Amino acid sequence: MHLLSLDSVSRDFDVSRPWLNRVLEREPRRILRAVDHVSFEISKGETLALVGESGCGKSTVARLIAGLYAPTEGHIAFSGSRLQMIFQDPYASLNPRWRVRKIIAEPMLFLKVQRPVEQFLLQVGLSADDAERYPHEFSGGQRQRISIARALAGEPDLLICDEPTSALDVSVQAQILNLMADLQDRLGLTYLFISHNLAVVSLVADRVGVMYLGRIVELAPASRLFSSPRHPYTRMLLDAVPDLAMSGKSRTPVAGEVPNPLAPPSGSASTRAARTRTHAARSRCPASATASPATPSKKAAFLSDRGKGGQDPFLQKGAGSLWVERDPRKRVKRGVRPFFQEKGPDPFS
Amino acid sequence: MILEVRGLSVQFPSRRGILTAVDDVSFSIAPGEVLGVVGESGAGKSMTGLAVIGLLEPPGRISAGEVRLEGRRIDNLRHEEMRRIRGRKIGVIFQDPLTSLNPLYTIGEQLEETILTHLPLSKSQAREHALSLLREVGIPAPEARYANYPHHFSGGMRQRVVIALALAAEPRLLIADEPTTALDVSIQAQIIALLKRLAAERGAAVMLITHDMGVIAETAQRVAVMYAGRIVELGPVRDVIHSPRHPYTVGLMGSIPKLGVKQDRLLQIEGAMPRLTAIPPGCAFNPRCPRRFDRCLTARPELLAAGTSRAACWLHAPA
Repeated sequence: MHLLSLDSVSRDFDVSRPWLNRVLEREPRRILRAVDHVSFEISKGETLALVGESGCGKSTVARLIAGLYAPTEGHIAFSGSRLQMIFQDPYASLNPRWRVRKIIAEPMLFLKVQRPVEQFLLQVGLSADDAERYPHEFSGGQRQRISIARALAGEPDLLICDEPTSALDVSVQAQILNLMADLQDRLGLTYLFISHNLAVVSLVADRVGVMYLGRIVELAPASRLFSSPRHPYTRMLLDAVPDLAMSGKSRTPVAGEVPNPLAPPSGSASTRAARTRTHAARSRCPASATASPATPSKKAAFLSDRGKGGQDPFLQKGAGSLWVERDPRKRVKRGVRPFFQEKGPDPFS
Repeated sequence: MILEVRGLSVQFPSRRGILTAVDDVSFSIAPGEVLGVVGESGAGKSMTGLAVIGLLEPPGRISAGEVRLEGRRIDNLRHEEMRRIRGRKIGVIFQDPLTSLNPLYTIGEQLEETILTHLPLSKSQAREHALSLLREVGIPAPEARYANYPHHFSGGMRQRVVIALALAAEPRLLIADEPTTALDVSIQAQIIALLKRLAAERGAAVMLITHDMGVIAETAQRVAVMYAGRIVELGPVRDVIHSPRHPYTVGLMGSIPKLGVKQDRLLQIEGAMPRLTAIPPGCAFNPRCPRRFDRCLTARPELLAAGTSRAACWLHAPA
């Protein structure tokens, strides 16, 4: 029995222009698929990390699990009873007008239990006196400790950590990561750890899912993923991490950028063609050389190009097939789905 | 040497007395060299950069020391003179490319304006120069992007435009303050490669300010590690990374998670950097230092020779 399982979960956002514009300019509705058929399971006591660049949908997955968004398709099954979140920005996630005591006691109000707040403060390495202070009296690292204490007060079965150390300095990050590891050992916590930092992920995760444009392109035990990445996108990500050991290994420079589905470059055909070329250049897989740049013909060309799945070398069949590894011995190869979907015909076009 | 900084101090008068944000900092950068300046927030690294380009926000001011650019003293110049040097001799790249660009002008207009201000070129020559700069920093189809506004560009492309702007007048010194912090890793790798290539090809000196030791390892030849307003270690990047001499650098390197290294816990420096209002006497690192002894509590160490590097630590005092 898994603590949490996601079965082919997708989430669409409607990014259409206003109704009048669509009617006058004969535009179809635009649906952005932020999460696209994502499936994974988390067992009790393990840490699953989701990693990817900005806009890949990793935070949307966190919000889907927390119930802050409803999935458009698919099912999320949670066999525990409570989950808690730890957010990136410890300056925004604590109410500045509440004392720490009230912040930490709030989850317990809903649980209808009473435990001394001091117990949680001591657990995260703060002192009992800190309960009477306000958030502004603490540094960033200490605030993140308060966030963790608040999460623990809710007695969660699952902790969703969305970039918990990205806003912190490295020495403070080390303190928080060590604290999270200690708490996991002592309390048997289960983490869903979301981060863009591969080095941090390699330290904390038991298993890692690599996300790209809303999909999990590779899911594998951390040791395997970092020693022999299978998907070209994972390889590119690992290659792009600065080499701190200064081993002098040669790195293949990567060209191009992750396409931002919410802000396609303004419409002229030449810029789009240029983008297509950089996409083709970005990949080092041989298949991308044959990727034919689709000729944009109408306004929705950007969308339909993407729909054909022929634009992005990392998501092409053959070039970048999806490796989802549940059992290291058994590999499941999955088909590629279109990234954008147009939701039915527009009644006014 | 293109840039020479000697005994630079920056102070801020405040209600709680005079705060010293940068304290007696000295370093130099040779042509074609990239000097990394690394430290955690509040260590004074950005403040050092701002002092060099004369952009300290009042009431902050340089209270001691001097800054020399190609032998000429620039820290005591008048506002107007300094303005002519910035952009012409010193190019600056900040962390957030969107705030460095004017949203109301096309990138072509902004580049042309900068070029015409600093170089004796005609308008059509300036356009040619701007296009060649955009090509050099790796913007595809620069002719087509020339009339685009900053919001048409992605973060990585915007940072390339900012680098093109900084390079417009072929400055001798380039100051890059967290140039890749707002970018994704794959884009960061591209910008690092670009900075490295430009420094090597143009023989400019680059001062690269960042909190990310990985970026320094990839880009810089030498590194200055800052803590509480002072340089605590200065030396070749390879030596500082592989055999750090100052206990703070040892802790800093140990607290960075590394890819491909199996470790259960990170080395941890207890506590936090002192606030500017409460810098302890003696060595500023002494309350957190695992190797402190009596002398650290009373006397403040200068940079002392330690192997190929120099470290501000009494452990390296000659016996």
